[in-house]
Amino acid sequence: MSESDQNILMMEGISKAFPGVQALDNVSLTLKKGEIHCLVGENGAGKSTLMKVLTGVDRPDSGRVILDGKEIQAKSPQHAQSLGISTVYQEINLCPNLTVAENILIGHEPHKMGRIDWTKMNALASDTLQRLLGVDIEVDKPLGSYTVAIQQMVAIARALYIASAKILILDEPTSSLDVHETAQLFRVMSKLKNEGVGIIFITHFMGQVYEISDRITVLRNGKWVGTYETASISRVELISKMIGRSLAEFDEMSKIKLESSKLITKAAILQAREFGLTGSIQPFDLDLHEGEVVGLAGLLGSGRTETASILFGAEKADTGSISMRGKLVQDYSPLGSIKRGVALCPEDRKAAGIVDDLTVRENIVLAMQASKGWFNYLNLQEQYEIAEKYIKLLNISTPSADQSVKNLSGGNQQKVILARWLATNPQVLILDEPTRGIDVGTKAEIQKLVLSLAEEGKACVFISSELEEVLRTSHRIVVLREREKVAEFSGEVDENTIIHAIAGSEA
Amino acid sequence: MRKSMKPSITWRKITESRLFFPIVALSLILIFDFIFIPGFFAIENREGNLHGSLVDILRNGSTVMLLAIGMTLVIATGGVDLSVGATMAIAASVAGILMNPSALKNEVFFVTDPNYTFQPLWLVISSALIVAILCGLWNGVLVAYMRIQPMVATLILMISGRGIAQLITNGLRVQITYRPYAFLGQGWMVLPFSLYLVAFVFAITWFLTRKTAIGMFIESVGTNFRSSYFSGIDEKKIKLLVYTFCGLCAGIAGLVASSNIRTSDANNIGLTTELDAILAVVIGGTAMAGGRFSLLASMVGALVMQAITQSMYAIGVPAFALQAIKAVVVIFVILLYSEQVRGFIRRLSAPKTEV
Repeated sequence: MSESDQNILMMEGISKAFPGVQALDNVSLTLKKGEIHCLVGENGAGKSTLMKVLTGVDRPDSGRVILDGKEIQAKSPQHAQSLGISTVYQEINLCPNLTVAENILIGHEPHKMGRIDWTKMNALASDTLQRLLGVDIEVDKPLGSYTVAIQQMVAIARALYIASAKILILDEPTSSLDVHETAQLFRVMSKLKNEGVGIIFITHFMGQVYEISDRITVLRNGKWVGTYETASISRVELISKMIGRSLAEFDEMSKIKLESSKLITKAAILQAREFGLTGSIQPFDLDLHEGEVVGLAGLLGSGRTETASILFGAEKADTGSISMRGKLVQDYSPLGSIKRGVALCPEDRKAAGIVDDLTVRENIVLAMQASKGWFNYLNLQEQYEIAEKYIKLLNISTPSADQSVKNLSGGNQQKVILARWLATNPQVLILDEPTRGIDVGTKAEIQKLVLSLAEEGKACVFISSELEEVLRTSHRIVVLREREKVAEFSGEVDENTIIHAIAGSEA
Repeated sequence: MRKSMKPSITWRKITESRLFFPIVALSLILIFDFIFIPGFFAIENREGNLHGSLVDILRNGSTVMLLAIGMTLVIATGGVDLSVGATMAIAASVAGILMNPSALKNEVFFVTDPNYTFQPLWLVISSALIVAILCGLWNGVLVAYMRIQPMVATLILMISGRGIAQLITNGLRVQITYRPYAFLGQGWMVLPFSLYLVAFVFAITWFLTRKTAIGMFIESVGTNFRSSYFSGIDEKKIKLLVYTFCGLCAGIAGLVASSNIRTSDANNIGLTTELDAILAVVIGGTAMAGGRFSLLASMVGALVMQAITQSMYAIGVPAFALQAIKAVVVIFVILLYSEQVRGFIRRLSAPKTEV
């Protein structure tokens, strides 16, 4: 074994359960000295939980962590840092109004006669940046006056200064960087790598995975899928590992789908033309027909959510137009959309879906009431009737319609939001990750529900990180890549074709 | 077993009611009064009108109750309105100057004629209230459309409002002698007239928030404005509405207050009452972060604030020490709302079955 092959970190058989979810199930990870190791997987795969276990935010239920041959159990991020494990998060948690030097040395300022020695402090900071990262900037300027990339560097410098880090975790550091800034960050990463630091790099950008990493570990649904030499795995293989596929699953669903596909008429409910928003999603054309489920496939950050968001009017498109049943749409706002029969179940259930202080009943009638206006109030009896109807229809398990929605499980909360939209009797229903973080049984229920809604003549847009789910429920699949619609498939497609389209390589 | 369960469920229902803690707080203060202040509960019948300390609490509490109605809605959206005291002063100044414009000629003119007014009463009241509504509208625009933090946005009017009021009255205190106007704060119809005003505003507000969708929208916006936006609720309009309405409530309170002291005193009318109003709402159990609200509980909260003041006066606490004593009592009441303290009390009162 040469020195560079030494494992500085071994995580073995890590499991962690949260109420209702097995976030990690027997996951292992090894990190060598001077290695850049990419951790990839879709949302909910368990990447961040694994890192939280490593940095002491969460305690694992089982499994062990071995650092430099010694078993460790980090108690807190500070403790992890003192052990040599430093983390730079996606959102930089530094103070933009303090100077660069202050940010690097805060809590560790050099003192002279009871006061802070500013000269020494600036010298130390400047030296740290130059020596460790090769970055030359004025350290007495406020951090906020520098670009996000430089701020990332400062965050890294801070992480390295406080404790000479053996392991550096970079959690999606490039998501807000442009090409030039990313290159700058990569130079720093390579420099650290040559000095023997082990780097765990979390990213959603496949190009970057191949550009910088030595090895890749793939997680899916909390399970370890595999660890691969970057040079030995193709993009298509990697993506199919990430999103998973199993050919055996086409059971009942495919039958229902086949039945319902006969009902698709060619009547377009909604037509988007050259519809787009600069910096969010490239202009695209999209037709939604009666009785059809259109799946949006693509990796995270490919523009799935953005597409949903502008179709609904939660964000205003800056080019193109939508027409609804042949009539050009004027009012691009959530309220306008609800009134013309477009509904969106947003991706982030907690932040944009449920109103947690309100009761199940109020949550269900909310959008319907909003479309009716302030004074056309549904009386309590009508509200209870609607709520009870959907509690029964969607099989929502709640002690009563007056229960606060925050006391419900994730799956039931999702059903409440679905109920909210079904109550508005939409013609177009956009579902952004409706099955995220909910148990398998409820997932299947929701998938079936989507198909039965299509049978009633509604047009559905179905977005999911899990390709197999998209394939199972959709009659037509639109593929997005790097914020652009790149392909559209209808009829029976095999997954390989779609994976190739997602990866952007020729089949 | 089952029989013994039943009373505990009713008990839980009572303790979980939003009115429970405010009423407990009010009762504690009244029990204190009953023990330590002789005659506190005495009610006199003078020519068919009721007088006494309890009636005084209601009468003097009416300005804070009026403010608390508007403030409840503002706080329920997750905001706060610090300018209600200043708005009271502005409304009072407008009313005062319309009844007695002598101050504009730079002279303090003591009108003694109880029938003298420069403008008719309907014009006086409607002008004052329109100006108060404009004050609220200003706050609403800053908060909802300019996206300024509520505390900062309303601080602007809190500071500048008294200056505006002084400009209106030319920096002088305006005497009000017109008797029909004095009826607002001093009139009696078995009970003080201001209480009927409170009841009227309360009823209208209750109707608007509980018999239309507005109440649910306010609670929804205050709990999670992004979810509300995605559900098609126009969060900006809701915020504009509550701040404007809060301005109107402050205007009415300003009329009552100036009628009470027969003066439009730009410097002192409504001074620090914004804090009483906010505390009344907090004591009523509405979270400062917004969400669920109860108008009735806020009314009880306002009475708690007034009962404290009244009791302190009655046991002879000097006016200058009042604020300090009040603070101690308020801290005690607010502690009852802390989850930590409630948990502690629950643990203490829990039957000790474990060994």
